[in-house]
Amino acid sequence: MSLDANRGDVRLGGLGPAGIGIGALVGFGGLAATLFLDGIEGTAVFWKSYLLAFMVAQAICLGALFFVLLQHATKAGWSVTVRRPAEAVAANLQWLWILFIPILVLVWSGKGAVLFEWCDTDYMHADHVLEGKMGYLNPTFWSIRAIVYLGVWALLAGFYRSQSVAQDRDGDVRRTLRMQWWAPIGIALYGLTQTFAAIDWVMAIQPKWFSTMFGVYWFAVSCTGFFSFVIVLLALIRGSGCGEKVFTREHFHDLGKLLFAFGVVFWAYIGYSQYMLIWYANIPIETEWFVPRQLGAWFDVSWILILGHFALPFVLLVTRWTKRYRNVLVLIALWMVAMFIVDVYWLVMPSVPEAALAAATSWDELQSAAAAGELAIGWNPSILNLTALLGSVGLVVCGTFFFLGRASLAPTADPRLSEAIAFENF
Amino acid sequence: MSASTPETTTRPQAADTSAATAVSDRGTALWGLAAQFDTPAAIYAAAKKVRDAGYRWFDCHVPFPVHGLDVAMGVQYTILPVLVFFGGLTGMCLAIFLQVFTNSIQVDLWAIVPVIGYQFEVSGKPLISAPAFVPVMFEVTVLLSALTAVGGMLFLNKLPCLYHPVLKSPKMKRITDDRFVLVIEARDPKFVRSATQDLLESLGPERIVELEP
Repeated sequence: MSLDANRGDVRLGGLGPAGIGIGALVGFGGLAATLFLDGIEGTAVFWKSYLLAFMVAQAICLGALFFVLLQHATKAGWSVTVRRPAEAVAANLQWLWILFIPILVLVWSGKGAVLFEWCDTDYMHADHVLEGKMGYLNPTFWSIRAIVYLGVWALLAGFYRSQSVAQDRDGDVRRTLRMQWWAPIGIALYGLTQTFAAIDWVMAIQPKWFSTMFGVYWFAVSCTGFFSFVIVLLALIRGSGCGEKVFTREHFHDLGKLLFAFGVVFWAYIGYSQYMLIWYANIPIETEWFVPRQLGAWFDVSWILILGHFALPFVLLVTRWTKRYRNVLVLIALWMVAMFIVDVYWLVMPSVPEAALAAATSWDELQSAAAAGELAIGWNPSILNLTALLGSVGLVVCGTFFFLGRASLAPTADPRLSEAIAFENF
Repeated sequence: MSASTPETTTRPQAADTSAATAVSDRGTALWGLAAQFDTPAAIYAAAKKVRDAGYRWFDCHVPFPVHGLDVAMGVQYTILPVLVFFGGLTGMCLAIFLQVFTNSIQVDLWAIVPVIGYQFEVSGKPLISAPAFVPVMFEVTVLLSALTAVGGMLFLNKLPCLYHPVLKSPKMKRITDDRFVLVIEARDPKFVRSATQDLLESLGPERIVELEP
């Protein structure tokens, strides 16, 4: 079989500039609106919304980085064409650190307790358990770690993106070997940084609570985010009339399988494992995280996650044909994007005052207090949640189309390109 | 009694009519005709033509998987996943029933026989605690799914198959090595000794072999 050198060279048409434009408009507009609606006050709602938005964007891009690393580590053939869009999504990690600067500034400004209670040293010293954690949860060490995570991600994403694009030009097979050589190291770095980032930025919202599952849970979250995002992205590209040779039904089928495996089954498995151990042991320091999530409106959100993030997509994606018809798959993927955002919302927002927990004599008392609105459980949906989310996701969309437009939609000189194009599921 | 009357008149007719044409050159019964090819491309093209000619009882015997051959043969997609899904569902329901029943049931059968579950209370949890049941539900679901998958595969493939006419013929030995054989069975409704042989000849095989039952 002769190899046509230009087979994979597919360019994004009018969708590219449109995606950049709309993404930038929504992104900057959303962030500006969030700031404006907040009145530049720096309220708790604003910072929670901002953290939510940042974590959603971070999860999507991190999932993409994991996907790229995994394909190189396993020397996968089928995914060569869809790896380039994943590289473009991951490449956003090169600028995403800019969005983290406000959080860094907040922690150093002395008002960090509005988001992270551990910034309040009096609060930390007052509790023996929390005092013991101060060696880890203090602005200096926390900031150094954050810079390491963001730096590692930016370097890894930049390396894989630039090597792959450079190979389009010079066709050097050694680039593939180099990327493969670094992939296992990259995966180890990725695993450590994403675990500790989840601990530092989400788990530490409630500094007393800990779960050894949390890093893995965040991994499942980011995989859900990325796989549903990339299915929608590829469907948009195909819908714009290009890429039908490189992004085939088989690739959608396989991405659907990955969404099913990581975003539905693995997510539920990890979420349940975390819940079951804490439920069984029933130790207050561990259960305090699940208490607000079973009170008031959060209880309904928890059920929405069980049914909408697991049960429904499980039934929808378990059959073969839903993954093979693009229009069906993209609807499920859009639903999963929504569920992914609900999941991050559910991780970031709920909280319950410790004093109220300590004072409560029974579960019924807490429930009725929450139902009557007398107990603050962190349930205050705000327009700021939405505008901040639109801001960060819009910027990720903008960045993704920017990177997509700067190179071919598929790696033209990858040695496994023909394997990916001819790939078929059985 | 009338049951002693031999009921030979209601034998299936299909076997008789095909038997009329399914006679080998030696005059013995014929199970099918095999055409041997020497490349995957040749058998791929042949399978398409045989499928388009309307045959359904035919099979391809190849030494390694030939991509796309099932589509060329017109093989329907398997029903196995549906069986596995319902196998898994059965397992899940069974697990829920077993755990709820054994732990919490409390009834008097026929108003006199008391049936009481084990009533294990673990760390003050209710007798029916859904979170504690999930691991067992998961395991039994997986177990019955896996058993349905393996059992269903064997059943749908009619395995174990201790005897097969294709394996009987010494001329067919190279299907495990480097030859590709397409076999049309005599029970196919379209099977007519001469016409089927003409069709196979037109596909350009290396040779055509008669298979005995």
